[in-house]
Amino acid sequence: MKTVRIGAGLGFYGDSWRPVRASIERGGVQYIASDHLSELTLAILQKDRQKDPAAGYARDAVPMLTELWPLAANNGVKFVLNAGGLNPEGARYAIAKTFREKGWQAKIATVTGDSVLERIDELRAAGEPLAHMDTGADVAAVRDRMLFASAYLGAQPIAEALARGADIVLTGRVADAALTLGPLAHEFGWRWDDWDRIAAGLTLGHLLECSGQGSGGNFGSAGEWAKVPDYAHLGYPIAEVAEDGSALFTKPPATGGRVSFDTIRQQLLYEVHNPHAYFSPDVVLDMGTLKFDDEGGDRVRISGASGAARPAALKIVAGYQDGWMGTGTIGFAWPEAYAKCEKSAEIIRTLVTERGWAVEETNVEYIGYDSLLGDNADPTYRDQLNECFLRMTIRTRDQRVADGYGRLFPWLGLSGPPFAGSLKGVQPATELLGIWPTLVRRELVEKNISMEIESI
Amino acid sequence: MPQLIRTPLWKIAHARSGDKADRADIGLFAYDAETYTVLKREVTRERLAAHFAALATGAVELWPLDNILALKIVLNGALQGGAARSLRTDNLGKSVAAQLLRMEIEAPQDLPRLVREKTA
Repeated sequence: MKTVRIGAGLGFYGDSWRPVRASIERGGVQYIASDHLSELTLAILQKDRQKDPAAGYARDAVPMLTELWPLAANNGVKFVLNAGGLNPEGARYAIAKTFREKGWQAKIATVTGDSVLERIDELRAAGEPLAHMDTGADVAAVRDRMLFASAYLGAQPIAEALARGADIVLTGRVADAALTLGPLAHEFGWRWDDWDRIAAGLTLGHLLECSGQGSGGNFGSAGEWAKVPDYAHLGYPIAEVAEDGSALFTKPPATGGRVSFDTIRQQLLYEVHNPHAYFSPDVVLDMGTLKFDDEGGDRVRISGASGAARPAALKIVAGYQDGWMGTGTIGFAWPEAYAKCEKSAEIIRTLVTERGWAVEETNVEYIGYDSLLGDNADPTYRDQLNECFLRMTIRTRDQRVADGYGRLFPWLGLSGPPFAGSLKGVQPATELLGIWPTLVRRELVEKNISMEIESI
Repeated sequence: MPQLIRTPLWKIAHARSGDKADRADIGLFAYDAETYTVLKREVTRERLAAHFAALATGAVELWPLDNILALKIVLNGALQGGAARSLRTDNLGKSVAAQLLRMEIEAPQDLPRLVREKTA
């Protein structure tokens, strides 16, 4: 019986590709599905492209492929990556340049048409309001501040590129799981309206798209996380898929991490909103019928995906400039570490008020006490902390205020409460980005999709 | 009837959270079927709203998934507008699951996977 093995590549821009080597060397994979784009990575790439029109793609794809391609080519492994970001052709150019210098051969495909930043007015004219999906707000409010706007494409162009012989498929924004669904639909010749099979492919893609989170990383638990073996050599997950969409979920032998019912279901529900209607461009998945059978030894059987017809609309996520963040920190040792942080926060507020700075919002956190747990921090030992760090952040429209804010803090070391540490420079202003999710009729985007293959 | 005790969720369940625009998106998982029944009964939208009163400015959504012994929980308006405009250290909401594991519920004291307190 034919099976197809797909391994996880990266889970975000900046993730490690070291574990991918094990999947290729001894995981028996035929494809690596590599996700370089989180919801807001495109904002980073847009800034890159403003500085250099040849940029705008996830640069880590170049060293990753440079390191892994000889091994991959030797094992017949293909790559599907959304590292194209805002400029898939630029990514292809950079990779092709390196490959030529090395004397390597490959067919590299690009999928474009996802970016609609230049088409906002055209789409509005075509009757798409592009209102905010959650609030219903008018897009006019952010139109002039938009840095990027990209539709999530589905897996069909990826499958088409593979059918035409591509070894490496570079896309811009596609549904993360499409990086896995594309190869599966291509290999098995699944019909695009075979909703249950497409849903199965989506499920597996979703389980693979966050790299180590599908194999024991970030296993959210008390105590149990410490039983995950060998984090330092954690293997990325692999799905061995059958024609009917059922799969064995596992990881390469002799790697760290853990694939089990517990670790996998954490990833299944990760960032999906309604689990009975998980929307993707290719299908709507109901996770309520999935069946997991943990065989032990890092092997879990997955079956039973149910799909409903794909939606008539595609999701667009746009990002827009939304002011600046100023940040200041200072740490204090016992005694009264928390109280000294509190006093410092009060002093800083006074200084800001006296300067008349326009601040829209101030966020005060006590690192070592509540910076991650918020109001659910347990106050029992608050006044006996060994040490505590004050972290204050502000939201402002004025970049100069955000820059100046951090500079208020070092002064406290000599003129504030005693036993301060962490006076190591000042953090400059950070640009804040708002996110604008919206919907668009799919045909308006799909008519602009284009796929090209370059042989080198 | 076994005696009921108050227990924080971390002693009987595990959880992961992340972000989607301005939503904190959490999965809560029972280690066994018996505990799952307790979670379904005790972890209600109302209690979640109270536990996350300081965080969630919008509605709390909740879906039970019997097939994987899990509750899917979504806190709307919980991330200061979204990860890239949030002023918080945990801008991605990855520790929201840890906050959830601190929530206390009533549970039978003989649940199979209940973590027992270490005796002093």
